[in-house]
Amino acid sequence: MTAQTSNATPQAVVAAPHLDAESARWIQELAEPGAAREAALARLHELLLNIARREVARRSPRLAIAGPELDDLAYQAAADALLAITGKVGQFRGESRFTTWAYKFVIFEVSGKIGRHFWRHPVVSLGAEEWERLPARFGFDPAREAEWRDLAAAVRRAVDTALTPRQRRVFVAIVVNGVPLDTLALSMGSSRNAVYKIMFDARRKLRAALVANGYLPDDPARGS
Amino acid sequence: MNHWSELDRFLRTDPRDVGCAQATEMLHIYVELVVAGEPAEERYPDIAAHLDACGPCGEDFEGLLAALRSEAP
Repeated sequence: MTAQTSNATPQAVVAAPHLDAESARWIQELAEPGAAREAALARLHELLLNIARREVARRSPRLAIAGPELDDLAYQAAADALLAITGKVGQFRGESRFTTWAYKFVIFEVSGKIGRHFWRHPVVSLGAEEWERLPARFGFDPAREAEWRDLAAAVRRAVDTALTPRQRRVFVAIVVNGVPLDTLALSMGSSRNAVYKIMFDARRKLRAALVANGYLPDDPARGS
Repeated sequence: MNHWSELDRFLRTDPRDVGCAQATEMLHIYVELVVAGEPAEERYPDIAAHLDACGPCGEDFEGLLAALRSEAP
């Protein structure tokens, strides 16, 4: 989809009185069918594509994606963000500049597309358990293994005994195997928010187990 | 640094953490406060707690922050 061919239905928009002038202009132009709206869509698409390209470039050192594939991802993110924005422009409440609100959509689209890319082309296994990687994940110095060997074993025991099967699956995938959270959410048919909540509960239970067994300090003032 | 300190920091959970849904809903407001030099963490400690703990949301925040700063003259 391109900006010029977008056929999303304009929403009934009432510009909030506290909108800054530039945001009010965007809202007004996007609300009225016609040449002004098409021109605004083209301008917005150009802005979104620029932001998407910057964002994929910013993230690219950590991605196994490069070249034309990366630019294609940016282009798709911009197109899908434009579609989402035109569908939701009636929900813009003027709590920020319009463009800041719009950029949020394209950043989320980039995130989502990267997660889907890893799902289709996994560089780490979604199923295997690579426990030997755990010490490195937490910066344990190999030269000081005698000091952390018991702690690493205690973490694994706690994962096996304190967590529910679903919490264990999420912890092992994200922390042990290094699967991106968004990719795991896709593979589970779930959402980022739901997987984060599972992980949040798993972290809390693991820490409680490690504190109870004397491996970590009981210091509730710094968090639970 | 103690050998357990990074693990301990990772496992600690903040009860103020609002989760991904609320944090992303407010992200455009939060990021403008940060760009303006306002005390966003004091005004929205629940969102700050989440962005500090959630890798994907933190990454989205950094991306949006970079987008706004790229506009600066």
